[in-house]
Amino acid sequence: MAEVSLRKVVKRYDDVEAVRGIDLDIADHEFVVLVGPSGCGKSTTLRMIAGLEDISDGDITIGGDVVNDVPPKDRDIAMVFQNYALYPHMTVAENMSFGLRLKHYPKAEIKSRVAEAARMLDIADLVDRKPKQLSGGQRQRVAMGRAIVRNPKVFLFDEPLSNLDAKLRVQMRIEIKKVHQKVRTTTVYVTHDQVEAMTLADRVVVMNKGRIEQIGTPNELYHHPATRFVAGFIGSPAMNFLPCRLEETDGRLHVRLTDRIAFPLPPLRAARYQSVSRNDRLLLGIRPEHITETKPHAEPGVEPFEAMLDVTEPMGMETLVYFGLNEAPVCGRVSPNAGARDGSPLRMAMDLNNMHLLNEATGLVI
Amino acid sequence: MSTMTVDKAGPTRTVKYGSMSRDRAWALRWSYFFLTLFAIFSLVPPLYMLITSLKGSAEISAATNPWWVFHPTLENYAGLLTSNQFLRFFFNSAMVSIIVVIITMLISIPAAFALSRMKFWGSATLATGVFLTYLIPDSLLFIPLFKMFALIGDVTGIQLINRWYVLLFIYPTLTVPFCTWIMIGYFASIPKELDEAAIIDGASWLQTLTRIFIPVALPGLIAATIFAFTVSWAQFLYPLVFTTSADQLVLPVGIVTTLIKGDVFNWGQIMTGALLGAAPPLIIYAFLMDYYIAGLTAGATKG
Amino acid sequence: MVDAAIGEDTVARPRRAATRRGLRHALKRKSTVAFLLTLPLILLITLLVVYPAAYSVHLATLNKSMQRFVGFGNFEFLFKRDTFWLVVKQSCIFAITAVVFKALIGFIVAHFVHNIPAKGQRKWRGMLLVPWVIPPAMSTLAWLWLFDPSYSAFNYTLAFFGIGPIPWTGDAAWARFSVILVNVWYGAPFFMIMYLAALKSVPEQLYEAAAIDGANWWQRIWFVTLPMMRNIIAITTLFSLIVTFANFDIVRILTAGGPLDKTHIFATWAFRVGIEGSDIPLGASVSLFMVPILAVAAIFILRDVSKRGNES
Repeated sequence: MAEVSLRKVVKRYDDVEAVRGIDLDIADHEFVVLVGPSGCGKSTTLRMIAGLEDISDGDITIGGDVVNDVPPKDRDIAMVFQNYALYPHMTVAENMSFGLRLKHYPKAEIKSRVAEAARMLDIADLVDRKPKQLSGGQRQRVAMGRAIVRNPKVFLFDEPLSNLDAKLRVQMRIEIKKVHQKVRTTTVYVTHDQVEAMTLADRVVVMNKGRIEQIGTPNELYHHPATRFVAGFIGSPAMNFLPCRLEETDGRLHVRLTDRIAFPLPPLRAARYQSVSRNDRLLLGIRPEHITETKPHAEPGVEPFEAMLDVTEPMGMETLVYFGLNEAPVCGRVSPNAGARDGSPLRMAMDLNNMHLLNEATGLVI
Repeated sequence: MSTMTVDKAGPTRTVKYGSMSRDRAWALRWSYFFLTLFAIFSLVPPLYMLITSLKGSAEISAATNPWWVFHPTLENYAGLLTSNQFLRFFFNSAMVSIIVVIITMLISIPAAFALSRMKFWGSATLATGVFLTYLIPDSLLFIPLFKMFALIGDVTGIQLINRWYVLLFIYPTLTVPFCTWIMIGYFASIPKELDEAAIIDGASWLQTLTRIFIPVALPGLIAATIFAFTVSWAQFLYPLVFTTSADQLVLPVGIVTTLIKGDVFNWGQIMTGALLGAAPPLIIYAFLMDYYIAGLTAGATKG
Repeated sequence: MVDAAIGEDTVARPRRAATRRGLRHALKRKSTVAFLLTLPLILLITLLVVYPAAYSVHLATLNKSMQRFVGFGNFEFLFKRDTFWLVVKQSCIFAITAVVFKALIGFIVAHFVHNIPAKGQRKWRGMLLVPWVIPPAMSTLAWLWLFDPSYSAFNYTLAFFGIGPIPWTGDAAWARFSVILVNVWYGAPFFMIMYLAALKSVPEQLYEAAAIDGANWWQRIWFVTLPMMRNIIAITTLFSLIVTFANFDIVRILTAGGPLDKTHIFATWAFRVGIEGSDIPLGASVSLFMVPILAVAAIFILRDVSKRGNES
């Protein structure tokens, strides 16, 4: 059990900087997920924590000790790989105990630890099989079992679920969460899937182009994204970004989307955005669930408008509708009974109480 | 696998549905006909070895049908298998081949491991060099090698020419490059995560090699072993050059040089000897055909 | 969340020292280990392949007793001898004819094997590869016996059709035919097995697409099979060219170069003059003539093999 911290960690490959100075503190028992698009440096960061990659600059500490030059085996970590990396010639039990056997643990202890991990992961009756005889989900469990038996200071997961089909992924996600609740080992988990990140993490670290964009709890990231990248990356379908300007009409602050459409801002928002320059090119960021059909009782801050639907996607409990506002594509979520049809008009409403205003040039949320 | 689907897929577009299966049947019949011809062509020499080996010398020189054994006898086998000289050839061949296999593996496996996993200065050049070495034939090197070993004998007094164990130095030049090359291919196909998992589990380089790589690449190892053994067993030019005394000869050279006495060919014994000489590779092939073929095709498809 | 409360200085100093020590340590460890692991291989290649190859060039410049440097004297001597030109001619005829027939037969047989139901393929493949498995010195003895002047089983059979007797190894033209025949018999299975592996790797959908596009079997071979197999055909052919060109066993046992040196190729003639004739420098010179063609073939193979590597 230990905390992990990264101080100005940099990774250079020849002349490319894959990781450009990362500061991160992970508390004991915490489950932290690094998330971002491929090539954002999240895997490299994880591999540097594991010791599989050298650190070009900066420091990594595990449990308070600087481990920059400590070989992986002495860092007291365990890692679960994307393709599981199970030794194909060993049985499940041998796979799980390989690390302990190399360290010459007593046979009895190895046996009890393997048995306990196998029981925890529900693979007790598979321990004599070879990896080839296991399903994807079972292999995943064995890979986790191999990490658990070591009882390390830190668990490292490198996209462990991306080889599984969608249904199994959901199931294993829950499994991982359960295991973490039981063993409470500090965990660093890398994924490109924001749903995985949101559902698993105590805290999510969103990375982009070798840098950290934002660190926060899943809810913080969802409701209070700091940058356009985070706002667009977290949430599915993604947040809409509509070019807009602020203007003063009849003494009220309005956000103008098109020549014909301008919405008055709710009082709280108006107060917050009062100081924003009226000439700045801005983006209105709004999630699809806040663009709906009009309700009979209009709430304050929910502004109606007319939309010409391009495409509708019935999802069952809701229908996704796509239309354009001044060239910008917009996605909204309406009730299946709202009467949305491809190519027909629909009266929509935008909930400006949940809007975000971004500066187009800096990409920062105002 | 399924040429059948290919040939079926074509005519489904055309109208004459019935002719399709007829064409297919004829194509099959022709295939079997030609395959039978080629199989006869392939198997005539070894079968003729067997036929002749079962004949007595009188029948061999008689003007009867050579393709049939009228008076089968095992006298040729009895004669050779009780001959100390022939057993000596067999022993020499076995010793040379087995030791060469061991030497080859001891050199190839660590080298292939280093070349496939540890990128170091000159490693790519060395891998290419290994492949080029594999392409150098024995007939290019036998004269300088012979002279070299003769010189070593003159200078140091250690006589290696005309000793069967000199072949232990020579044969690895034929076996090591190919075995290293295909082991590089097999090792390279092991996912990188597997050694990373081993590193995190606390394995050293040596432990990664012996406890992960060798067991995982075992099929490749078997293929390489078969190759090294069959090449050593079949080698003819080097022993012909390096050994002359009857007690130092290996099987192929022994049969050719001692059973042919001047113009007198004892064909019954020669064919028996040849068959016995061909037996070890054939037996290995019969039992490990898939590994044998994997090794054969690996040179061009791996790496 | 635990923010590490360590001051800048306390971390910085021990780290830098550790980095340098660790770096040197790691460098030392990894490349030293790699070097040690490849050392036996490097030694073997250097001492027993590269050095003898260079030594062979040196030997070729000495006189018969190896006491005097004669420069290109051996080569000049060779150029003036008719036998040498016979050997050059026969080596080329032998290698090219044999490789062409091996390649053709291998290709045809591979197609027939590929054509029959999958469950029978193993058996046929097993039988057809037997010539490659038997040590060539041993199988050539069987051919020698089949070709025997007085008891030839072939002539016995051909006599039923009123043909023969054929002087298989006694007449120059027939002897040349015979050594090529035996070489084709020995080498065709190798082509067959390589082509078969290549055929199996051609995706089935390509044939289906070609069939739907209306290609007949010949067009399927020409437009799908051959282009897909081009690389492996090239590698196999070049490889076989090297091996055939450098062949020793078959010619040595079947004809020993005779009759009248008409079937000698480089390897057997080098053995004759170098080992049997005790003129080591001249033998070395003869075998060096194999180098140019081997080098050209090797370069092309290397190119194709690395191309294959890049593709996969």
